[in-house]
Amino acid sequence: MKEHLEQICMTVNGVPRKFVIGDGVGCVSPSETLLDTIRDRLGLTAAKRSCEHGACGCCTVIVDGDAVASCMVLTADCDGSSVTTLEGLCDPVTGELSPLQKAFADNSAFQCGFCTPGIIMSTKALLDQNPNPTEKELTEALSGNYCRCISHYQVIRTVMGFINEMKRKEA
Amino acid sequence: MYEEMKKTVKVSEHEYRYIGKHGNRADAEDLVSGRQKFLDDLVMPGMLVVRVLRSPHPNAVIRSIDLSKAKALPGVIGAASYKEAPDWKCGLPNHRRVLDRQVRFVGDSVALVAAETVEIADEALKLIDVEYEVLPFVLDCEKALEPGAPQLYEEYPGNEIPKVTPFSEEPFNQIFVGDTKKGFEEAAYVNEGYMKYENMAHPLPPESPGCIAQWTSPSAVTVWYNGGAPHLQKFNTEASIPGVAVRVIACHAGGSYGSKQLIPHMILQAILMAKLTGRACKFIMDRTEHLLSYELRQGSRIRGRVGMTEDGVINAVEGMWYTDSGMSSTYAQAMTAVGLGECQAFLGKCKNWALDTKLVATNHSSQAPIRGFGGQECKSVLVPMVCTVIRKAGMDPLEVFKKNFVKAGDRYIWRDNLWWEVHSVDYTRAFEESARVFGWKDKWKGWEKPYWVSEDGRYARGVGVGVHGNADIGEDPTEGMVKLHPFGSVTLELCVGETGGAQRFAVQKMVAEVMKVPLDGVQVVDPDTHATGYDAGMIGSRGTITMGTTAVRAANDARRQLLEMAAIKLNANVEDLDTENFLVFAKSRPEVRLPWIAVCGTPEMTITGSAKYKQNFDKPNFALYLADVEVNLMTGEARLIYALEGSDVGQIIDPINIRMQAEGSFGSAGGDTGLFEEMVMDKKLGRFMTGNMIDYKWRTFNEFPPFDTVLLESEFDSEAFHALGFGEITPSPAPAAILMAVSNAIGHEITEYPCSPTVVLRAMGKIGGR
Repeated sequence: MKEHLEQICMTVNGVPRKFVIGDGVGCVSPSETLLDTIRDRLGLTAAKRSCEHGACGCCTVIVDGDAVASCMVLTADCDGSSVTTLEGLCDPVTGELSPLQKAFADNSAFQCGFCTPGIIMSTKALLDQNPNPTEKELTEALSGNYCRCISHYQVIRTVMGFINEMKRKEA
Repeated sequence: MYEEMKKTVKVSEHEYRYIGKHGNRADAEDLVSGRQKFLDDLVMPGMLVVRVLRSPHPNAVIRSIDLSKAKALPGVIGAASYKEAPDWKCGLPNHRRVLDRQVRFVGDSVALVAAETVEIADEALKLIDVEYEVLPFVLDCEKALEPGAPQLYEEYPGNEIPKVTPFSEEPFNQIFVGDTKKGFEEAAYVNEGYMKYENMAHPLPPESPGCIAQWTSPSAVTVWYNGGAPHLQKFNTEASIPGVAVRVIACHAGGSYGSKQLIPHMILQAILMAKLTGRACKFIMDRTEHLLSYELRQGSRIRGRVGMTEDGVINAVEGMWYTDSGMSSTYAQAMTAVGLGECQAFLGKCKNWALDTKLVATNHSSQAPIRGFGGQECKSVLVPMVCTVIRKAGMDPLEVFKKNFVKAGDRYIWRDNLWWEVHSVDYTRAFEESARVFGWKDKWKGWEKPYWVSEDGRYARGVGVGVHGNADIGEDPTEGMVKLHPFGSVTLELCVGETGGAQRFAVQKMVAEVMKVPLDGVQVVDPDTHATGYDAGMIGSRGTITMGTTAVRAANDARRQLLEMAAIKLNANVEDLDTENFLVFAKSRPEVRLPWIAVCGTPEMTITGSAKYKQNFDKPNFALYLADVEVNLMTGEARLIYALEGSDVGQIIDPINIRMQAEGSFGSAGGDTGLFEEMVMDKKLGRFMTGNMIDYKWRTFNEFPPFDTVLLESEFDSEAFHALGFGEITPSPAPAAILMAVSNAIGHEITEYPCSPTVVLRAMGKIGGR
């Protein structure tokens, strides 16, 4: 009897991707996480493999507008989804940093930088939904992002400064 | 709350191009774009993954083990137990086998599998049949020393690990100086103390420790790892595998906090599997392994007596300092040696010492160097013990600490078992300025006295202080070269890893400053033992002085050679010449400038400046931590509501990076071990229960209190632009300060960590038991 193969489609950083779900060679197994798919199949290694139980946020990506821990999402459940990784924030042609990434770089809002992709993606998802958050709303949005070097204060200074700068430019 | 943060800085007299100013790190764009590669992002052709079968018992002997079913699983390329393993050992002295027949903690290695995928390797581990002879175990360091206690190593009867260090022939493991009997007789106040700091907390960098090993010939192996001390790791591994040349390349590390600078056991295991399979082997711990099987902060316990004179000088200390090293010592004897030096830096006026030490093996995971190199563990017991006598005298601890902390002219024995006289540093002003900004005088109301109680009597606030200093900032030699390339670029050949402290950026700045060239005109080579001279790595906050001095000296040497060549070309005196932006000019005629290529006459050369640095322990650094806590007297919940860290760093290299180092006092199992961070042990089963990041408590983004820094710049006698290293020690004084603050808030002395609700309510007499 032939194995039933299910095909799923998703968009990753604006590029349409198709995966075959199954246990055969080269297929995406039903238990494969989105993190494994983007890292190991697509070579998008910005999202980090860290706690693998949804506690640290190092693997955060944006799925359909929400920041999610990609280690807790099954790829098989992402049919029709739009996924954005940190790589997807850069200009796809020139590689130029987005304004938010540039703010992080200019203000050294990181130390070891391992958690930084997740922190930027959580921040990006928040600002997309609420461009003018309070500091409390920002820290709540980042409460699932672990950082052990303790760059928290500098991240908050940077993001709040970035928001003010955006407001100033808009005005 | 963050608007309230302020920073008090006395800016140094000098105006530099880069030093003291913020600039973008060379790796900034890569880190914020995801282009920066970490260890797990590296893929080698044919690479296998290594997974470990781990012991379910805290102490057992393997009676039988059968790997045949595991080896037969498709995709498994190799498997090994102690039977297949060579007698490679690591630890100090070498005692921990790459795979052993005896397993000594829950999580110890039983067998290794190398397979094509993690899933296959994990499946294979389930197919390994093991029969254990379960043995009694011991978890308490003093009980482990008792006659009849379970023994961990035949070669270490009584569970005492030998006192050897790599620093001196005669190890420095006790201070017997002066006459303590006389000291106590002359003391106005004497008190005894018994204090434990045994949270066994986890540094928990977000990136687990890992490595890739690949043999390049029968006698040479290359190792990529995510620590920051490749040369140290190289000789450490070469000592374990005689006759094999080990090349170590450090990847960008996703945090380390000391814990990943040496990963000797993991590297031996990866090298073993690479040898058995003939393939590159990657071994990265998963998070549960990392929490339950990797190295933790050492247990620290002190039992002793302290004497203090009428005017607040600590003049006699005696006692026993126990270090619980767990099942192995990676470097614990060295930490003891440094710790004894740090005791003397803290009590710099004390002339009478009888402080002995014991390093004890017990049946839990190995304890190892974590940020502070034992300084945090030492101070978290020594400061409260010293405070028992300050309390007895009713004195202000900050004033006593200020009076006693070592300064220029004082002497101590450092880890090399030699006397050193302190030069240049005096932290009195840092004490005073930090206290002023914190508002210490207003908030200190006396011992066990809150400075504020809510009207309903439900909440109370108290303050506490801790202090630390470490002369290891000048430790270990460094060799480096600065190369000037004629078309206008500079290479710094110095082995500098990056673990988050921006040390590569700091030395890049220093070379650019000396050469007066744009920052991006200086490239720092990758940290590779094949491409660089010796350097001990990112340990002990040594980078600023040791790497910095080497970089500055090498740059000056290269600059001198360049100007000497130019002097001949221009028929000028060297002293009259200068170079800037890759151009040479006479100071008297700055408008006429000669490019480096014109000076050299050919691109087929480099001008190479070289330098060496030898260690020097005459300047300890300094960190003062002031804590303000609020306690719910009904529930026992203690909360840090404000903290300040103060220091005098001589010269700030980058204001943002140094401030983040101070803020880092919360992380790496630092200050929060005073409040809630700990590995929770089931003492009946002998296993830790906190094997994931939900059970293991850590501070989330929305829980950080206001935090200030006071960083003075007194331009100390340091060739690295008058700067001292600081980052490592920022957490070290914090737990003791928090313990004192909680005690003052609740009006009862607390003598155990962390100040959890249970501990607080017990100290208040509201609940019983221990």
